[in-house]
This record gives sequence, structure tokens and C-alpha cells, in this order.
Amino acid sequence: MKEYRDPQLAKKYLDEIKRTVTQDWTIMEVCGGQTHSLVKNGIIEMLPEQITMIHGPGCPVCVTPLNLIDKAIYLALVKNVILCSFGDMLRVPGSRMNLLEAKAKGADIRVLYSPLEAIKIAEENPEQDIVFFAVGFETTAPANALSVIHAHRKGLSNYSILASHVLVPPAMKAVINDEENQIDGFLAAGHVCTIMGNAEYYPLSEQHGVPIVVTGFEPLDVLQGILMVLRQLEADKTGVENQYSRIVKEEGNPEAQKMIFEVFEVKDQMWRGIGEIPDSGFALKDKYQAFDAAKKYNVEIEEAPEHPDCISGQIMKGIKKPYECSQFGKKCKPTNPLGAPMVSSEGACAAYYHFSGLAEK
Amino acid sequence: MTNENKIRMQLQCPMPKLDFDVITLGHGSGGTLTNKLLDCGVFDILSNNFLDKRHDGAFLNMNGQMAFSTDSFLVSPIFFPGGNIGEIAVNGTVNDLAVCGAQPKYLSLSFIIEEGLKMTEFWEVLLAIRSACEEANVKIVTGDTKVVEKGKGDKIFINTSGVGAIHPKANIDEGNIKKGDKIIVSGNIATHGMSIMSIREGLDFDTTIESDTTNLNHTISQLLDEYGEKIHLLKDPTRGGVATVLKEIAESSKFGIDLFENNLPIDEQVGSACELLGLDPLYVANEGLFISFVDASIADSFLDSLKQLDKGKNAQIIGTVVVEHPKQVILESSIGGKRVVNMLPGEQLPRIC
Repeated sequence: MKEYRDPQLAKKYLDEIKRTVTQDWTIMEVCGGQTHSLVKNGIIEMLPEQITMIHGPGCPVCVTPLNLIDKAIYLALVKNVILCSFGDMLRVPGSRMNLLEAKAKGADIRVLYSPLEAIKIAEENPEQDIVFFAVGFETTAPANALSVIHAHRKGLSNYSILASHVLVPPAMKAVINDEENQIDGFLAAGHVCTIMGNAEYYPLSEQHGVPIVVTGFEPLDVLQGILMVLRQLEADKTGVENQYSRIVKEEGNPEAQKMIFEVFEVKDQMWRGIGEIPDSGFALKDKYQAFDAAKKYNVEIEEAPEHPDCISGQIMKGIKKPYECSQFGKKCKPTNPLGAPMVSSEGACAAYYHFSGLAEK
Repeated sequence: MTNENKIRMQLQCPMPKLDFDVITLGHGSGGTLTNKLLDCGVFDILSNNFLDKRHDGAFLNMNGQMAFSTDSFLVSPIFFPGGNIGEIAVNGTVNDLAVCGAQPKYLSLSFIIEEGLKMTEFWEVLLAIRSACEEANVKIVTGDTKVVEKGKGDKIFINTSGVGAIHPKANIDEGNIKKGDKIIVSGNIATHGMSIMSIREGLDFDTTIESDTTNLNHTISQLLDEYGEKIHLLKDPTRGGVATVLKEIAESSKFGIDLFENNLPIDEQVGSACELLGLDPLYVANEGLFISFVDASIADSFLDSLKQLDKGKNAQIIGTVVVEHPKQVILESSIGGKRVVNMLPGEQLPRIC
């Protein structure tokens, strides 16, 4: 890993960026992992003033709809299911509490790293219902799909998923189409492309005239990605390039794609803070309806309003920076988040808060 | 405890025949069963002049300045690569005293046991406690055993408290920190936390990550012999990790701390495990580790001495006390960028992808 954190190479990239830039540019890093890397490694301050990085919607827990979190809490607290979830979902605020509080109130909520562990729990506890909170981008979709395929094959009637899958390219399109958008170029999310490949980015780049560079997450990846976008911008070119070619193949991972499209179909999807984006999510296909927790338990929970002071939508679309929010570091802190981006380490607000001078007193 | 010691303990200490295979509520009742458990187990294993009096408390002779510390230990699972809860319970309090500049001498030991704990497991914990006491040269002088109903505990909770006389040359105080002090960590960071995490989460690595639990009192005592008052402050960065301890120190002082990411010693496998789970090793728990703030004039010599010792061979200078940015810890990242190091709002949660 050290080779992607080499200070000499970093300096070389930075010098090259400084030599190349001649005017102001705004670049969006789409993925929360890249935001985290930018802030954690102090890259933003190292970049020349002309380059403004804005932080995209690529934080899966941040965009999971409030209503779905309320549903998950309801299933765990009222329906007594064993709710399995990825760790950083637990602190995301629902309308009345988060999953950590539900756990403290007696709900059986378990932190897992893979939905396949949830299948094991379902097999070991045939008397109990297991729900996996299947949240994430294209990266987590293959494993979630595989869990459904396994459950189907094994005839596990006590397993289902509460799915909130979001897709990156349609979200980038929505961000570009926003009237207030000022984005000149994108760092696309490398891990998403390992699964889905780069094909969807060509029309996006061409139609909207923006350079898109598929980029990794290590500090040198991010610096190189920025340099590649910058070179295109300064040369007045637009195209798709792959900085992360050591991992990302042009066609992605066809096996994983096969698994995804065996189980899921594309649907319109609600993004927390942003709203509905056409064709930007996955729903379970008819064949696998029995594994859809939302339908299985027929949970209807009233849509609750977001906190009125939270501007997370504008932050995730890159229109505002976290510190431009009136409540940033005041009412809204990681211990008391008003919106989801203040929760996950990949949320822009939490990243700014945690690595800025605002200490938690 | 070394493997050799473990084997020796097991050969020397066969578990006595008891009427039960598991701990029952009766074993905490104070009646016959409690006495049987104590007679056949605890007192035999931990026997010494103080404990053998079996009074309500221990009679101790103490003079001069003492340090006194207490800690409760909850570890799940109670057995993990490199140790068990028994060793941690002894080493934890021993190390708390050691970083006060004290030479730990006497400990109390209290168990809260969940009904149903296997007698063999309890026995193994006791053996580990004895071995850890021998290695640290401390005695258990008083104690208590309670049993709670099944479901109201997590196998076994242990509390230890301890006292020890302050080393004659020690002057450990946060007020002693001054500009230019070097901050030295005694070994690889994040090892214990990742050991527990990897077994709890069933993560498979090429080799097992072993906890770094160990006593630090002999190591610290040797350093105090040599460097005395030039050692300004000692801390053990257990829960919350190195970052939390340094931030606490900065906040309570008038100084800032500069930290260098490239100098942080970390085992390659532990580093990879942290990457995989999206955890920052700076916040992961340690056990057999201490941080020293030492006068700049002795820093290199101190580091050399520490590296010569078994428990300090991976030691590194990781930071400096500065007057700029008071109360802030600023980390220089591996690529030369800078960021603020804060405390975490809660426990670290593994991220999605």
C-alpha cells in the first residue's frame, strides 16, 4: 500500500498539477471514499487555489431514504426480526431514532460485513426472521444478489432484504443537469467501475462535455486522477480515462453483473436529500419477490420530513460546502447529526468535521 | 502469557473435581458452593500470605507516595489469539499503575460471572491471572465473586484495582510537558483491537493477529531508573487508541502536538485489516503499549534503550510537542498533507465499501 502513499511521488503530481493549471476549475469526486482520502490526507489544502474540489453523492448511507431507515427500525423493534446491517448504517438518523438507539431499546441488530453471513444466521435460526439491510452502490449489489440466490436455492423462507441500491452514473447525470451545477470534470468512483465497467461514462462525457476519469482511493490515485482531469480541461478535451486501470477493466466484472441482473432490475430510486432520480436504483425481480422485506412485511410508514435546517441535498450535489451550512458544527455534529452526511466517515460533512479544527467538546 | 508458560500451567494445575461442569447461581450465593469454588480453585491458584488470611480485606504495609488505580474488563470473546480476559485484567491495572510511575504490588480481583460459564473456561482464566501476576510480580490480595443469571452478563466480567509505590525517580505529570518534548510509542499500534475484531468478525488472514497484551511495569521501571525526571509523561493508549490519548493530553495542556503518519509503527497485517474494514488504526485499542513524552535532550537515547528491551523493539518517535496550534493534534499524512486529529464521536463502525 505504501507505493500509493509515497511523499516524493505525491510532490511530483502536485508540482505537475501546479504547472498545468492556468485558470479556475471545479472538479467533483463522486465517491465518498475519495472525499475521505482527500480530507484525511490533507490533499485539499495542498492543491493550487484554482482547483476547487466538490464532494459528490457517493456515500451510500447518506442517500438511503429516511423512510427506509424508519422501516428498518420498525422491523427490528416491532416485528422482532434479526436486522443485519453494515456498520456505518447504524448511526444514520431516522425520523425518531437511529439503529443504534433501536438496538439499545432491545432490537436484535447485528453488524455484518457481508450478506452471506446473514444467510448463515438465517440457517442457524430457522424460527426467526432475518432481514439484511441491503444498502449501497453497485459495489455491494453482487454480494446482496448472491445472498438472495443462495436463500432461493436453499429454500430459506426466513430471509429477506430491505434494499436501497443506488447507481452512480444516473446520479452523475442528475448532478450535471442541476441548474446550479458548476462542475467542469469528474473523478468517477473506481470501485463501482470494477463491477460495472466504464461503458456508461462515454455518453455522459460526450453529451455533457465533461472529462471523466475513473479514479481509485489512495492519495496518489486521487492526485493522479485530478491531474488527468486537469490535463483534459486545460487542453479543452473531454473524454473518459481510467486512472485505476490496475483494478478496473473496461468491461468491469461480467460475472458480478450477471449475478446482479439475475436478481435485480433497474428502477427509479429515491435519494435522501436529492429526491427521485430516474433509473438510478435496483429492485428485486418478480422471481425473487419473496425476498423483498418491504413487501413481505408490508410495512407502511408515514414519510417524515427531513430536519428543516439540513442542506444535505445541496452538499451532495456539490452546490454548497459543509461549512456553508448554518448548522455545521453547531446544532449538527457527529454526536447529533441532523442529516446523514454528518454520519458516515465518507459523508462530506463528517469528513470535514472530523478532520477540521472543530473538536468534539 | 507465553505458550511455554501456558503449557507449564496446564500441566501443573489440573482442574479440581467439582460437582458442576458450569458455574451456577449458587456459586455466587456466599454459601457452600461459593466456598467450594474458592477452596478448590481461586485460593489454590492465587495463594499468597495476604489472600490466605481470607479476611474481609487485606492487611498491607505501605509507606510513601502510592498510586491507586481500578479498571473493569469486558472482552468478547473472552479467549482470543494471544491471551484471555484474565491476563488483560491483570495487565490492564498493572499498566495503569506503571504509567503513573508506580511499581504495582497488590491487586484486588472481582468476578461477575454469567451463570453457565464452563468450569474449564473459568479455570483457564484463573491460570492466566496467576501467570500474569507472576510475570508482573504482583499479588492478588483480596477479591470477590458474584454470579448473575444467564443472559445478564457476557460470560465473565472482571474488575481489578491495584496499588503500588511511586518509583523514587519518577515525576509523571501532564504539567511537566514542554515545547520540543518528543512523543514515543513503545510498539506497533492497533494490534489488540484488530486481534479481537478479526476473531469476532471471523476474518481470515494468512497468520493470526495476536493481541499485544502484556505487562509494561518492568520495562517502564528500567526506563525510569535510567531517565528519571526527563520522562515527563507516560500513558497507555487502550480504548480509543493513540489518537484519543494524544488529543486528551493536548486538550488539557496549553500545547499542540504534531504527529507524523509515516512514523507510526504498525504491523503490515494489522494495517491491511484496518484498510479492509475502513478503520483508522489511530483509534483502535491497544493493550501492551505505552506512550512517553520525554525531554528532547534524551529522546534518541531513550528510544535506543527502549528498542533494546523486549517490549519496545518496535518503538518509534511519532510526534513532537509544539507551541503552535495549542490544544490541537495535527497529523502530517504520509504524502505530506496536514489534518486535524480529533476524538471519535462513538465507537468506530466499519464502512460499507
